[in-house]
Amino acid sequence: MKVRIKFAKSGPMRFIGHLDVMRFFQKAVRRAGIDVAYSEGFSPHQIMSFAAPISVGLASRGEYLDLEVKSHAGAKDMKRRLDRAMVEGMEILGITMLGDGAKNAMASVAAARYSLKFRPGYAPAFDWPVKLEEFYHKPSILVRKKTKKSEMDLDLKPHIYELSVLGGGKDAAISMLVNAGSSCNIKPGLVMEAFLKENGEQLQEFALEITREDTFTNLGTEETRNLVPLDAVGTEF
Amino acid sequence: MNKLALKDEILLQIEKPARYIGNEVNAVIKQKDKIDIRIAMCFPDVYEIGMSHLGIQILYDMFNRFEDVWCERVYSPWVDLDKIMREENIPLFALESQEPIVNMDFLAMTIQYEMCYTNILQVLDLSHIPLRAAERGREHPIVIGGGPCVYNPEPIAAFFDIFYIGEGETRYRELLDAYKESRRLGESRIGFLRRAAKIPGMYVPMFYHVTYQEDGTIQNMEPTEEGIPKEVVKEVEMDLSGTYYPRKPVVPFIKVTQDRVVLEIQRGCMRGCRFCQAGQIYRPVRERDVDMLKQCAVEMLNNTGHEEISLSSLSSSDYSELPELIDFLIQECAEKKINISLPSLRIDAFSLDVMSKVQDVKKSSLTFAPEAGSQRLRDVINKGLTEEVILKGSALAFEGGWTRVKLYFMLGLPTETETDIRGIGDLANKIAAVFFETVPKEKRVNGKVQIVVSTSFFIPKPFTPFQWASMCTKDEFLEKAYVTRASIKGQLNQKSIKYNWHEADISVLEGAFARGDRKIADVIERAYKKGCIFDAWSEYFHNDIWMEAFEECGICIDFYTTRKRRPDERFPWDFINCGVTKGFLQKEWEKAMEEAVSPNCRIQCQNCGANRFGGGICFEKQKKPAEGCPAAVKNAGKEL
Repeated sequence: MKVRIKFAKSGPMRFIGHLDVMRFFQKAVRRAGIDVAYSEGFSPHQIMSFAAPISVGLASRGEYLDLEVKSHAGAKDMKRRLDRAMVEGMEILGITMLGDGAKNAMASVAAARYSLKFRPGYAPAFDWPVKLEEFYHKPSILVRKKTKKSEMDLDLKPHIYELSVLGGGKDAAISMLVNAGSSCNIKPGLVMEAFLKENGEQLQEFALEITREDTFTNLGTEETRNLVPLDAVGTEF
Repeated sequence: MNKLALKDEILLQIEKPARYIGNEVNAVIKQKDKIDIRIAMCFPDVYEIGMSHLGIQILYDMFNRFEDVWCERVYSPWVDLDKIMREENIPLFALESQEPIVNMDFLAMTIQYEMCYTNILQVLDLSHIPLRAAERGREHPIVIGGGPCVYNPEPIAAFFDIFYIGEGETRYRELLDAYKESRRLGESRIGFLRRAAKIPGMYVPMFYHVTYQEDGTIQNMEPTEEGIPKEVVKEVEMDLSGTYYPRKPVVPFIKVTQDRVVLEIQRGCMRGCRFCQAGQIYRPVRERDVDMLKQCAVEMLNNTGHEEISLSSLSSSDYSELPELIDFLIQECAEKKINISLPSLRIDAFSLDVMSKVQDVKKSSLTFAPEAGSQRLRDVINKGLTEEVILKGSALAFEGGWTRVKLYFMLGLPTETETDIRGIGDLANKIAAVFFETVPKEKRVNGKVQIVVSTSFFIPKPFTPFQWASMCTKDEFLEKAYVTRASIKGQLNQKSIKYNWHEADISVLEGAFARGDRKIADVIERAYKKGCIFDAWSEYFHNDIWMEAFEECGICIDFYTTRKRRPDERFPWDFINCGVTKGFLQKEWEKAMEEAVSPNCRIQCQNCGANRFGGGICFEKQKKPAEGCPAAVKNAGKEL
């Protein structure tokens, strides 16, 4: 049986990279005594897959991993066991069961919601909440996106599903829902870089404090999206 | 959890920020208002190396079992963070509390190899603690050193308040109680150190005065005060089954060198190889009870979630309950899909059988450490491993499906000739030939055999029979490496043999530190101030700066390395009593020159002196000579 585990990553754990988060969970599953399924072969590994890697430094309230288990005593028991195996900054938010044939976590990812804040002293001088609204209503937002292999021109606009300002004054924050699918994963920093450039400023390193609020899958079509959190496809057990 | 000591901007611009955030599984957090003594335990190298060290895990566990003590960890910041901390004047901090080291009562360092000496200064400096013990005041932590290098602490004596000579399980409680008492009475720093110096195993360098002869050797070393012992006897834990052993070791987030549960099955080694310091200073051989080990293994695996367990000892095959322990582990680990790693096993039918059960034969390699290329030289060093045994073991291994063999040798051993060196190539060639004879063509999995020969340069160490030996110069070392290479290139099967050798200049420096005296401290401090740190990392090792430092301090490195020692010379470390007597070492040195071997402890006691500790192998019923061979073999990894 496959279960989907939703977890949060914050505080010191923001500095643990993706591969080390994977190692952390492999050991945590052992400590928790969960009856996990292993792959065949001479060096068997736990059947575990993660949704969307997150960059070092970012916090998240919506990370997911899928785990194949051979037996269990219900979600409550599993969560209790995993809770005991966590450290500060790593929190199990919920566990659901996936149906047979459910797409794995990584392939399911379609979008992610982020909230962003300027670190003290890094906010731009211009009236950015107003300008952000204007920026979002532009018909197209052309940027150069660097990938590992090449650079390419990209119109960000169709990949930004929502962009808004939360709160006001010093506490003003930005909320954005962007494409996070495997074909075009948009990093929130890229949107902000384009926004600041549009207004004649440069995005400084470390200017933003970013939290991934949740990761979504698309139950609709390309044209009419129906985005739901990744664990909405699971059921209670 | 407390706020991190480093702000996000710094953590995001350095390599592997997880080295500095603490918060690992099983890290111990205590309420600081409820404890009396705070200790920072340090391994002066990068996190991944330091976290792999068993000794710190043992002491960390022991200290934190004391209700009045909170022990935290600290490692050397890597060069990227080192630079930022200096620029921004950020004090070095302990991982658990993220608080400055200077707030601690003790800074305890384990000193595992000589090439970390500048990192000791780095840690002190970044902690804002004066480098020299004499310059420290009541507000500074007491700096304690321990580990194998403190069997000759003199080159770094100026930087430490106390050296703890021997095993940490025995006397720390007494030392901490003395500290509490001293603080209660409002005593000065020296007042406490005076108390400490009277506790067995403690060496407080400031209470000793050294005089030198005209030729630069030691004339005398005397306590400067009444009541300070003239000799420091090493501490030994004689009940290894009833003492501290961590059941919940700290689990790092990032991959470290030793990323597994480590089960220390015994201490000491009965073999008595004459170049080996560990084989002398950890005497007598003491085993842990097999039931204790089984229980530890299960608990440690459950508490860490590690997917591998490794046995640790100087020579695992000599552990008397090995078959029972391995059977248990194989059963226990199969279901949980846990790997078993078995270093330092002798190659014989038993070990090959075990290894084929626990590892992928195709992917693993076998390791022999003959150390010398000829039987004559192996007799000199008392490495009781014969060519016949190596070839027989290789044949067995090749039949079992192994195709990779690693061979370790030392160059520059006492009495070595070109014939001995050429023996290295001959031996490697014979092993390759055994492969082609043993394995028929159609069964050769990868079509060929791979033999990797590695040589290191011999460095005479204190408390070994070779402590009197002269060390080679850098040029001599390199010449020997070229002869080795040529001897391999000339072999029929040379295509199956790969050769690696160590850097020579780093070995020369290590040699000077190993047998150095108090005068070396100036050189270390000078090199550090000129920018030397992480000398154990070849990319950061700057031999030219070190040579400059020696010259500027007016110290001749040859005095410590190549100089021939008189038989009656007084050594800087002679004030330490490690059980093994100087008389025994001298007898072994003479036997080496006569190419005579000494049997191991189990076959016949050699009266080394370690029986003064009243236990261990010295009091075991002497068994009949063991069958088979004393060939050391390792299934993976490199011998230190």
